[in-house]
Amino acid sequence: MTLKTLLKHVLTLAVALALAAAAPALAQDKAKVGFVYVGPVGDHGWTYRHDQGRQAIEAHFGDRVETSFVESVKEGPDAERVIRQLASSGHDLIFTTSFGFMNPTVKVAKRFADVKFEHATGYKRAANVSTYMARFYEGRYVAGTLAGRMTKSGTVGYIGSFPIPEVVRGINSFTLALRKVRPDAKVKVVWVNSWYDPGKEGDAAKALIDQGADIILQHTDSPAPLQIAEARGVFAVGQASDMARFAPKAQLTAIVDNWDGYYIKRTQQVLDGDWEAGDTWGGLATGMVEMAPFNEAIPAGVQDEARAIEAQIRSGELHPFTGPIMDQEGELRVKDGEVLSDDVLLSMDWYVEGVQGKLPK
Amino acid sequence: MDWVVPTILTVISASTPLLLAALGELVTEKAGVLNLGIEGMMLAGAIAGFAVAIGTGSWVLAILAAALAGALLAFLFGLLTLTLLANQVATGLALTIFGIGISALAGVEFVGTPYAGLPRLSIPGLSDLPVLGELLFAHDFLIYLSFFMVFAVAWFLTRTKAGLVLRAVGENHEAAHSIGYNVVRIRYLAVLFGGVMAGLGGGFLSLSYTPMWAENMTAGRGWIALALVVFATWKPGRALLGAYIFGGVTILQLHAQGIGVDIPSQVLSMLPYLATILVMVLISMDSSRIRQNAPACLGKVFHPAA
Repeated sequence: MTLKTLLKHVLTLAVALALAAAAPALAQDKAKVGFVYVGPVGDHGWTYRHDQGRQAIEAHFGDRVETSFVESVKEGPDAERVIRQLASSGHDLIFTTSFGFMNPTVKVAKRFADVKFEHATGYKRAANVSTYMARFYEGRYVAGTLAGRMTKSGTVGYIGSFPIPEVVRGINSFTLALRKVRPDAKVKVVWVNSWYDPGKEGDAAKALIDQGADIILQHTDSPAPLQIAEARGVFAVGQASDMARFAPKAQLTAIVDNWDGYYIKRTQQVLDGDWEAGDTWGGLATGMVEMAPFNEAIPAGVQDEARAIEAQIRSGELHPFTGPIMDQEGELRVKDGEVLSDDVLLSMDWYVEGVQGKLPK
Repeated sequence: MDWVVPTILTVISASTPLLLAALGELVTEKAGVLNLGIEGMMLAGAIAGFAVAIGTGSWVLAILAAALAGALLAFLFGLLTLTLLANQVATGLALTIFGIGISALAGVEFVGTPYAGLPRLSIPGLSDLPVLGELLFAHDFLIYLSFFMVFAVAWFLTRTKAGLVLRAVGENHEAAHSIGYNVVRIRYLAVLFGGVMAGLGGGFLSLSYTPMWAENMTAGRGWIALALVVFATWKPGRALLGAYIFGGVTILQLHAQGIGVDIPSQVLSMLPYLATILVMVLISMDSSRIRQNAPACLGKVFHPAA
């Protein structure tokens, strides 16, 4: 080999190495995206909306992206097995869509550094683990305004799943809005310790209605409470998706999750090679949270009021957790004009004034 | 005090699926067969009943479908354990898992479909009574059936010859066989009855309790019914008591949370189980009574020596 040829080879090699070093994440032609759901796709609530997001990815990218999902995965050891299986079967991006998948996701992510993970509603991150969540509490605030005007008895029933900060935030945000409009209203909370158990949710709704609640809120995933509300002639607010078909007369509105935009964006980033771990917390402003159409029975004045509040939150003019905010014990937690930071919101473990009962730790 | 009647009605609703399934399993166990597949049969009944209700619009056909689905799964159980002599415990567990899976598969297109629920059957005259009318005479068919079956099963087991034979088969299948009774046939019938009742219990969940289909909607009620049979020392009256204590405490703990009782909700969720176990243990503290009531051949495979 002549010196010239040798130099040419060395140069080519040097350029190649430089390129490889300069672009740590290469763009790819195709991607495989996996989804782990905590409930069935047909729950017409939480999981249903995530699957709509998955379908949006397929519609947007066509042949470039292949998606797969596993539904009804219980939070716990089984979740780890499922996530690991997806990671080891060629998936580039995996969405784990429930709080209880947090530890399994982080554990599997350590073993599979090349796979990117997106964990919904969690708070643990890593180089290849992102978290994302929607500011459902903004939707709860709008619902609280409606509820405050529509309640006659002044008692609202709230069906909670697990006493985690996300659920507590929702309760608090709702109560704050409710009491701005109806200062003497109170919120009774019942915990069913499950995200999806129609029988228990229905029983909880019945118990709350029997205790005088004429509006039912829920942070659980089945339409059972709405069905009960419809049967008993009271109002309710749908969760995660528009549940009006189950309760045409009872549903005031619903807090609808919309993950389409976020999912498409993240998948595009994986394809382009510039995906980075981070935290996303979108709300009404970014379209992650939407309000379902308002019930016709709501007077026009009230509808306008709620829409105005929605617009104010969307524009950033109004933050649901603006002081003064008193907690259950009467202590002032947020001063007049102050706004609670995201950090405090993420670890919220106290009730605002107006919520009955003690928060289980 | 206007919450009393609605609360009692809620308790009745919550206890009925347990009662139906427990009564069926009681008869099955009295004949000496331990059927652990109740949960699967309940789910099969739930999806079959719901599917037929949506498809035909007839609640009568829906209830029949629920009973039939439970019976079919029970027949499968009988085939495996009574004819092929498989281990009853393992087969029952396998059927539970099978029932969960096949009902989920069959129910995929029905998730999210609303249903109006079973109609209330009022008895002219009686239903108009002030408090009792609403409490006792304005229920749907399956609730009436559950009350009726408590008496029917008790009467059948203690006052008829067929019931006596069934109990004999459960106590000593060899002796019953030697006298000339067809042990396998009697056990098949008992197992089928258990399946029908479990199917109806499941049908109640999807047609009346929360009129919708949801995967695994029994949420462990089959296992609770199984435990109730044992704690009730195989007596129908006590099964009624057990089912209602469980259902009652479940609703009570939800009410307690609503009132704001200062006990963690996780502890309150345990209460129904604790309360039922406690009461049942107390009323059957006479250990000799328990031994008298437990079918001696429960779970034993029948292998005719002759």
